[in-house]
Amino acid sequence: MTSGAPPAAAVVRSAPRPPVPTSMRRRRLVALAGLLVLLVGCCFASVAVGAKEIGIGDVWRAFVAYTGTENDIVIRSLRVPRTIVGVLAGAALGLAGALIQGHTRNPLADPGLLGVNAGAALVVVIGIYVFGVTSLLGYVWFAFAGAFAAAVAVFVLGSMGRGGPTPVTLALAGAAVTAMLGAFTSAIVLVDVQTLDAYRFWAVGALAGRDAAVAAQVAPFIGAGTLIAFASAPALNALALGDDVATSLGHDVRRTRFVGVVAITLLAGAATAACGPIAFVGLVVPHVARSFTGPDFRWLLPVSALLGAVLLLVADVVGRVVVRPAELQVGIVLALVGGPFFVWLVRRRKMVQV
Amino acid sequence: MALAVSLPPARVPGRRALRIGPVSLVWRPRVALVGLAGVAVLVLGLALNVGIGEVRISVPDVLITLLGGGDPGQRFIVVGLRLPRSLTGALVGAALAGAGAITQAIVRNPLASPDVIGFTAGASAAAVFVIVLGAGFGSVGFTASVVGLPLAALIGGLLSAFAIYALAWRKGVQGFRLVLVGIGINAMLIAVVEWLLVIAQVTDAARAYTWINGSLNGRGWEHVVPVAVALAVLVPAALVLAHVLGALQLSDDSARGLGIPVDKARTLLLLTAVGLCSVATASAGPLAFVALVAPQIAQRAVGAARPPITISLIFGAALTVIADLLARTAFGAELPVGIVTAVIGAPYLLYLIARQGRRTRA
Repeated sequence: MTSGAPPAAAVVRSAPRPPVPTSMRRRRLVALAGLLVLLVGCCFASVAVGAKEIGIGDVWRAFVAYTGTENDIVIRSLRVPRTIVGVLAGAALGLAGALIQGHTRNPLADPGLLGVNAGAALVVVIGIYVFGVTSLLGYVWFAFAGAFAAAVAVFVLGSMGRGGPTPVTLALAGAAVTAMLGAFTSAIVLVDVQTLDAYRFWAVGALAGRDAAVAAQVAPFIGAGTLIAFASAPALNALALGDDVATSLGHDVRRTRFVGVVAITLLAGAATAACGPIAFVGLVVPHVARSFTGPDFRWLLPVSALLGAVLLLVADVVGRVVVRPAELQVGIVLALVGGPFFVWLVRRRKMVQV
Repeated sequence: MALAVSLPPARVPGRRALRIGPVSLVWRPRVALVGLAGVAVLVLGLALNVGIGEVRISVPDVLITLLGGGDPGQRFIVVGLRLPRSLTGALVGAALAGAGAITQAIVRNPLASPDVIGFTAGASAAAVFVIVLGAGFGSVGFTASVVGLPLAALIGGLLSAFAIYALAWRKGVQGFRLVLVGIGINAMLIAVVEWLLVIAQVTDAARAYTWINGSLNGRGWEHVVPVAVALAVLVPAALVLAHVLGALQLSDDSARGLGIPVDKARTLLLLTAVGLCSVATASAGPLAFVALVAPQIAQRAVGAARPPITISLIFGAALTVIADLLARTAFGAELPVGIVTAVIGAPYLLYLIARQGRRTRA
């Protein structure tokens, strides 16, 4: 018995994996496939629908036979970049939301909890007030710098407590830093009415006027963040059992959390830089996704990304249609349309706790 | 039943019990000390805030006047002009902090303050609605918007809280569902506020923005009375109801097993929280962050397992009064007090989080 016993690790390896119920697996696959189809449809709608009515034939011609007509220019230089920014930002926010809720184990956490939105807002306001920046392209780097600095501050402050960055200290440090940065932003905005005038349009969150340059600026960051996020899914599953259990399973909790914060900062910072602070996607998408996939992050992350992209595009298209020829900003439409839908969903389904 | 009555009263080892008739409390010196210190800071802050202004009155003179002495001129300035503002601040801060302590304890989540789960967003939306659209009707609309603002905010806050509660109701209200519904409603109402801010004239937007941040500017006795009444009614109710909070910290099932009527207790406690923060918001706007930070600071100051209601009340009042003092005096222009509550509350909370860790590690 003593000599024949295999090493402990081998026992663990050879143990059969607990089978995933087929109904669960089917539901996950259906959700993933359905969302992919939905996303393609939304991209098409986002290109085809807008203030200027363009027939489907003309839309098609703008892609295959570009001749430089007005329609072609509208499609290629306005609507396609805008759609790309929407997909990137939506996916990034959905992913970042799932990550932050996993790392803080708090259903109330959204990417803004790391101070990303508040930091971006403060630095953008400083940019407007001190440097007189008023162009969308100018805001991008200010917003990114602010988002990054705030996230670093939250992580460092949240790690000073016992046992490094625990869910509670991260959440509280995030809330405290967010409130403080928001206070500084408010103070500047209230002192200078012109800054308020520029700031209030950025603060709503919009996709209008985002061109290919914006998409190119944020795409590398979102790409890197997405890779890190997917790579950290198994570790997040372990963290969901609690820090102690994760440690005993061989995970370096501090390092995992640090990597997670880097990913969240890249994703949410880039999204905020591209289209302003949008709170709703990151907060709500993971809850909806979780009700389809269950708590397994390997499924939750991709589904959250797709769902975020779909939600942002739908809201953007609706915002273009409802008050034609004017537009309603995507941040407003998201919450006004998404809010009731979310409440309905919460009432109907049994939501899976974080 | 008879068995339960004949049991000796519960004891906490090593702690003396305070018994007054049927009520018994555990005597905790630290809670009493922290509470007294909080009250001292509050009184000092109030006296300073009342004393500083165009006519300076020293702290002892303010205290003497408040106790009934002083000359008529000082009496007029202190009681007639300056006290109502400071008192509004103290009461509003206390009410928000109390509401925050209750919601955080019920939901078992430090982020679940009333302004996160949508209880104050309705008040904000209603108030901004009145400010922005009321201005469209010229001077009549302006007057109506000034007079009707607190009322609109009160109705808006109560309506949103009622809507959240009703929508979260499915054979009882479960904490998690309540929070999620609150998030959804909160997001919608904030979107309405943002939309109103975008379509408003920029001067109205600035006025609305000031209100959203919470301001004590020009608050008189008519703002003090409603909050005082709400506190006088709701705080005793909350303290009586709060004896079940300890059991609610476990889980719903454990609390039921201990004989707590979970749904009823939670509903009543939530109602008191809604009442407190709605009235407070109507008086001074949704002072950002007080409801979140004061209970968390109080919890760490007394070393409790959940936010303590009484200490939270004191800390909320002290925080708001000191913030108002700074908002009026420390900067060139007067800032809305809500901005300053965040600037002094946040670093203190961060300091407490960091210090807690070091002591344990040592």
